[in-house]
Amino acid sequence: MSTRTTRFELKMGKSTRVAFGETLVELGRQDPNIVVCDADISKSTMTHYFAKEFPERFFSCGIAEANMVGIAAGLASCGKIAYVSSFSCFVINKGFEQLRVAVAYPQVKNFRVVGTHSGISIGEDGPSQMGIEDLSLVCALPGFTVLVPADEVATRALVRLATYHDGPVYIRAGRPNVPIVYEPTQQFEIGKAIELIPGDDVTIIAIGLMLAEAIRAAELLENEGIMARVVDMHTVKPLDREAIRKAAEETGAIVVAEEHLVDSGLGVRVAQVVAEEYPVPMEFVGIQNTYAESGKPQELLEKYGLVAKNIAEAARRVLRRKNKKC
Amino acid sequence: MLQKRSLEELQALCKRVRRHIIEMTGAAGSGHPGGSLSAVEILVTLYFDVMRHDPSNPSWPDRDRFILSKGHGCPALYAVLAEAGYCPVDQLKTLRKLGSIYQGHPDRRFLPVLEASTGSLGQGLSIGIGMALAARLDGRDYRTYVLLGDGEIQEGQIWEAAMFAAFHKVDNLVAIVDYNKLQLDGFVKDIMDLEPLVDKWRGFGWHVIELDGHDIPALQRAFAEAKTIKGKPTVLIAHTIKGKGVSFMENNPKFHGIAPTPEEVEIALKELA
Ligand SMILES: Cc1ncc(C[n+]2csc(CCOP(=O)(O)OP(=O)(O)O)c2C)c(N)n1
Ligand SMILES: [Mg+2]
Repeated sequence: MSTRTTRFELKMGKSTRVAFGETLVELGRQDPNIVVCDADISKSTMTHYFAKEFPERFFSCGIAEANMVGIAAGLASCGKIAYVSSFSCFVINKGFEQLRVAVAYPQVKNFRVVGTHSGISIGEDGPSQMGIEDLSLVCALPGFTVLVPADEVATRALVRLATYHDGPVYIRAGRPNVPIVYEPTQQFEIGKAIELIPGDDVTIIAIGLMLAEAIRAAELLENEGIMARVVDMHTVKPLDREAIRKAAEETGAIVVAEEHLVDSGLGVRVAQVVAEEYPVPMEFVGIQNTYAESGKPQELLEKYGLVAKNIAEAARRVLRRKNKKC
Repeated sequence: MLQKRSLEELQALCKRVRRHIIEMTGAAGSGHPGGSLSAVEILVTLYFDVMRHDPSNPSWPDRDRFILSKGHGCPALYAVLAEAGYCPVDQLKTLRKLGSIYQGHPDRRFLPVLEASTGSLGQGLSIGIGMALAARLDGRDYRTYVLLGDGEIQEGQIWEAAMFAAFHKVDNLVAIVDYNKLQLDGFVKDIMDLEPLVDKWRGFGWHVIELDGHDIPALQRAFAEAKTIKGKPTVLIAHTIKGKGVSFMENNPKFHGIAPTPEEVEIALKELA
């Protein structure tokens, strides 16, 4: 049994929404072409940092998300780098038709939408404020790039990359503080997954706050002699097909973990690639065809099966299937 | 059916409901006290004086319907429903806790007496119109009431609904705008002013009654007037104070979505004694 020399120490960091808000201000200082729209929720999405420093480039749109998306599409069409932000459920679900017809269809390039308070880890506010369908919706839009940063380091890097990306981008952010999984020097590239832990028995592909859970799950599995590879699929669209193919070929079993409805998020997208490239057994960790409820974030993650223990169980299940096959 | 209450009794109930709101959000450590406190007289007048309903028969087909379109104000609604006997008063302090019937926003799965699950702003008026149309189709005379936030009516769907209700002469429907002049990020007039609000609703074909939303007799008169208006829907533009009843919460944007600390709970309860 081989053991790894490096152990992950997960220190608590900032929330991805705070890292987003801070990065937006830094970018705003460097680039006067950046404009930001928000829908009466800038104190929660953290675009109020930008609003305070650049009031002339900040548009408070009131509680009117669809209209906001349309306005930002117009700004972006005229060459502005336009950010819109709200809770992911409001801006994506209510703005969906506008994202479709005013942004994706005419291929408006400089458009960036940031949905915060994604997943069930928002806690007490409950399901009406939880974005759990957003990935499914945005990934359906042709031409959109979809990014899910796992921590503050990833957020800073991906927001910078998104700002100058050639095409519309959705960034999915969260409410709670999350552990830091990356060194400050980590390099990111849109569309290129990052292998955080090497391993050959099974691959865990995760996004958002599930990445830290995947790392903890890999440690649980290592105690049983199972070497799990952990991959951050921070770009949900377009997927890193090569990383997925390699994972399938080299580890022969894949678990996907996401804080999203399980039957319409990252997992099914990865499964499509696996089916096309190199079929292997897969298991999926996510929200099971239901709306959650109010509670503390950690209580909810546990109740709805989104913690390390659930990922480790899925890995054991998929390994049983893998071993039966050969 | 609930017995009729005197003005003094209704006012005493309002104070009790305000105390519940403070205790509930205080115990939860989160929630929306400001917009709950501004709606207390509106809710108490509806549930204890105006609406036809029966706590011992919550699924009565002829009950008047109420939709809290501004779902984040649910501590006020939960307290009123509990005081009316629909659900336990002693569980109010479980607000927002895992498994509580008193979810962070109104959730019919946990509290079936709610007519709609709300929390995503802008949708309640449309649902209310549907309920009012159903009454008309079924030949029933129940009425439907929808409480809207002033920030909430920035949503386009509200004005789509407003146009529909007037065009279809939905006169068994009453909308109430809790015009407390504040929304999440700050003052409505700074974020996206609604004025001239009375003219807007009138222009959309509604019968408009402007009033002080903390004045119970004025509310009683307005709801009675609405019953007499035929051929068009009625909207009450209720001028209110966000955080009403607690000195340090009144007109204070901070208490939109922040719960009082234990010390603040103590001060607030003293003021509401
Ligand atoms: C569609 C939607 N967008 C944003 C929010 C977040 N939000 C919750 S309350 C609120 C402000 C509401 O202001 P208002 O309607 O005036 O309510 P009140 O002042 O009565 O609390 C916002 C923006 C939401 N719940 N739904
Ligand atoms: Mg308001």
